[in-house]
Amino acid sequence: MDATNTDVIQGTLDMLILKTLSLEPMHGFGIARRVEQISRGVFKVNPGSLLTALARLERAGWLDSEWRDTANSRRAKYYSLTRSGRRQLEAETDDWTRRAAAVARILKTEG
Amino acid sequence: MSFWRHASRGVRSLLNRSAADRDIADEVENYFDEAARSLQSTGLSPEEARRAVRLQFGHVAGVQERVRAYGWENIADTFGADVRYGARQLYRRPAFALIATLTLALGIGASTTIFSVVNPILLQRLPYPDSGRLMIIWDGQNNRSDVTFGTYREVEARSRTFASLAAVGRPPLQPTLTTDAGGPERLEGQYVSANYFRVLGVAPALGRDFEAADDRRLAEPGVPFVALISDALWRRRFGADPAIVGRQVLFSETPVTIIGVLPRAFENVLNPSAEIWSTLRYDPALPLTGREWGHHLRMIGRLRSGVREEDAKRELDAIAHAPVAEFPRASWASLRSGFIATPLQDDLTRGVRPALLAVLCAAALLLTIACVNVTNLILARGIDRRAELTVRMAIGASRTRLVRQLLAETLLLVSVGGLIGVAVAYVVVDVVVALLPPELPRAGAIAVDGWAMTFACGLVTMISVLVGIVPALEGSRVSLRSGAGLRSTTPSSRRDVMRRTLLVAQVALALVLLVGAGLLLRSLQHLFAVPTGFEPANVLSLQVQTAGRRFRDPNATHQFFTRVVDAVRQLPGVSAAGTTNQLPLTGDEDIWGVQFESAPEAAAKENPEGYRHAVSPGYVEAMRIPLRQGRLLNALDVANAPLVAMINESFARRRLPGVDPIGHRLRIGPSPWFTVVGIVGDVRQTSLAVRPTDAVYVTNEQWTQFADGARWLVVRTTGDAAALTPAIRRAIASVDNGQPILRISTMEERVSASEAQRWFTLALFEAFGVVALILAAVGTYGLLSGSVSERVREIAVRTALGATRISVLAFVLRQGMSLTVAGIVIGLAAAVIASRFLETMLFSVSRLDAVTYVGVVVLLATTSAFACWIPARRAARLDPNVVLKAD
Repeated sequence: MDATNTDVIQGTLDMLILKTLSLEPMHGFGIARRVEQISRGVFKVNPGSLLTALARLERAGWLDSEWRDTANSRRAKYYSLTRSGRRQLEAETDDWTRRAAAVARILKTEG
Repeated sequence: MSFWRHASRGVRSLLNRSAADRDIADEVENYFDEAARSLQSTGLSPEEARRAVRLQFGHVAGVQERVRAYGWENIADTFGADVRYGARQLYRRPAFALIATLTLALGIGASTTIFSVVNPILLQRLPYPDSGRLMIIWDGQNNRSDVTFGTYREVEARSRTFASLAAVGRPPLQPTLTTDAGGPERLEGQYVSANYFRVLGVAPALGRDFEAADDRRLAEPGVPFVALISDALWRRRFGADPAIVGRQVLFSETPVTIIGVLPRAFENVLNPSAEIWSTLRYDPALPLTGREWGHHLRMIGRLRSGVREEDAKRELDAIAHAPVAEFPRASWASLRSGFIATPLQDDLTRGVRPALLAVLCAAALLLTIACVNVTNLILARGIDRRAELTVRMAIGASRTRLVRQLLAETLLLVSVGGLIGVAVAYVVVDVVVALLPPELPRAGAIAVDGWAMTFACGLVTMISVLVGIVPALEGSRVSLRSGAGLRSTTPSSRRDVMRRTLLVAQVALALVLLVGAGLLLRSLQHLFAVPTGFEPANVLSLQVQTAGRRFRDPNATHQFFTRVVDAVRQLPGVSAAGTTNQLPLTGDEDIWGVQFESAPEAAAKENPEGYRHAVSPGYVEAMRIPLRQGRLLNALDVANAPLVAMINESFARRRLPGVDPIGHRLRIGPSPWFTVVGIVGDVRQTSLAVRPTDAVYVTNEQWTQFADGARWLVVRTTGDAAALTPAIRRAIASVDNGQPILRISTMEERVSASEAQRWFTLALFEAFGVVALILAAVGTYGLLSGSVSERVREIAVRTALGATRISVLAFVLRQGMSLTVAGIVIGLAAAVIASRFLETMLFSVSRLDAVTYVGVVVLLATTSAFACWIPARRAARLDPNVVLKAD
């Protein structure tokens, strides 16, 4: 059921979305742009994957959504983090940090 | 609570499809807009920005489609669409849909019906708590004998592996109940030891259970008769009145206190028709001449928890072979042959298990044949649909998508078939139950219930995959190139090979079923050719039960029956009449030890037993049991006359070999000595398949132990026996109006009913066999006519080049018959192996019986040839001019 993503490391898209939304509510393109900007273009987000992921995270209860006017007075669907979304972000961040550290250690000893 | 959110959102978006779609469409469009706007800010024109976004992200619709696919509701929705599409496809091909659905309905219906029958009997545990620990224990002599009360007492006292042991009397308790609510009714019941229901683990729903004090010696004064009754009897005769407990009711004019009512759900597997129970009330002093030493108890026990079956068997062996002084044994209950102990369930189903398993296998075979047939139909249809599938693929359907859609169609087909099948099972199960042998345990629990429904659903799922997967994979194997012409002229050889293989398998399976049916049919033919030992034609038989205080005088009973026989003999159309206490082929079993005064030592070792026939003069004549030697019993053999008996010829030959049996003396159980005056022919007593059983005949007046209260009246008539029933009823009523008349039937009916189990097996095998034969013929026809249609041009070319009609006919016939022959050869090999499972049900027919095999092969080959003939003739009549110009 999960959408595959070729540009973002498998499984990290959810975490990136949650992290981005932890700052402020955003619409789909806003999230994509923010991820690309902050990663300095390392991660490219494709709309099919992103919007499917948003639907999934919303179903999971981690996001809320509402239609709002944008800065240039168009209507867009804005997503915001819920309380359980915040908890999920913490859990995923911890998990990721642990893994990343472990991978880094392995790479170091190999070298 | 994520599940609920998933479910509720899914349902909401299903219910409001368009709103959900618009939401997604808007969001995606908005995304593209924003992306374009952000590119514009880097200096591109709006037009360029939009193109760049398109290049990067693809088409808006594609993204929308992808986002929309998320969520279970969308998978369900696609599936729904597939099913709807499938339904339209089936609707467009009603002939295919009808044949396939009906074939599946037959297979699923047959399997579900048989499963419903087999499930409560063989698969479900007995309806008692912890029923796996219930065992039945037989005396090992003569293979399996009932135990005596003496043996029961000894085992009960000495056994440590059984938590408790109970005894059930074989002679039935058959009281006549007369209440204000209805006429006299004879009830079925059982005499049991006081702990019987506790051993089963059942407690009365009302009142109390038997206690040890209820089971005291019959002769002891002041101990009232007590009884427990079934829920059904309580409702039927006592209006479900709770105040019945403790009340005295007259049973056969004896006051009996009803102490309790059993639960509604209670099933008495040891005698399903029993509705009343009373205590055995044997004499604990065990007098050797009393009924305490008669082999007429069934002993059941509940193993202590943790004790294994083998431990109990070992202990029983030890008890049997180590008598102790405390428990003296009668010489005919010496336990020399040990005990036979088996789980109660195995014992109850022992007789019927082979038949049920055979029928279950037959149903499975039929189902397999049906599935093979439908697979072939779907494969054939795949050829017609190649164009459609190619188009779908060309406009972008993936292969997975096609397989999914084809599977959804099959699932629809099988589900409809299954639905009809279950409906059929619902109706047919009653017919099958009516065919079942009457002595079957737990027949009352047979129903198309939740188990059967689950079974049918499982079948539908399994068949959908089995039947669907091959054609779906095969059908979706379309390439754009080969299908581009949209009309195929060369048959796909892979598919062709598969279809031929399936047809061969179908013929082979049908042959196995038919051989089974044939062997059973031949067995029954042989059985009914067996001489019964009497002449069943034009004989009516019925049982008269005497009920009432006055019949406590044996002479009153004798007089009553003498007057009945006299009255019946007066009737026009009656040529002979007589009575007996037990009648052949009725299930009656009144067996006694028969001791000969001077038995040769070779024969003296075993304990001879025989059916005790207490008869009126004229019984043997009415049955036309032939007299071999000496004289028949007659009206002079009364109480004060010398005691005389007749025995059957094989009994005489075995017990008194090489000597003239006339004049020898014998005793029946504890009776005085009888002198043998006549030798009569052997009679098949229990069933046609069981060898003649030994029998002793004495007159009622000379049987002084007791007077048999229920006797069979046997009437030989000059015309149709059944037609005389009302006249005979009136004659009996003219003697005494209050005596229940039971079990009226002609002897011919009894002969065929005695083989109920074989009839049952045969009827189902025949029905399944005929269906299998038809399916094989339809399959052959379908394959061949399809093949002729595909090869129209080839055949036309052959004809144009000079092939004669005959040679075209032969060509097509050969093609079809070669498959049939292959199927027959494989089927023969399979039948030789499979018939081993039928062996126990055959009677004087080898499982390799040549007549059966040849007959079945001829039948199958003829049917096949006929099925091939129709398409072959069509091929032969093709006009090459028309066919070749059509292209």
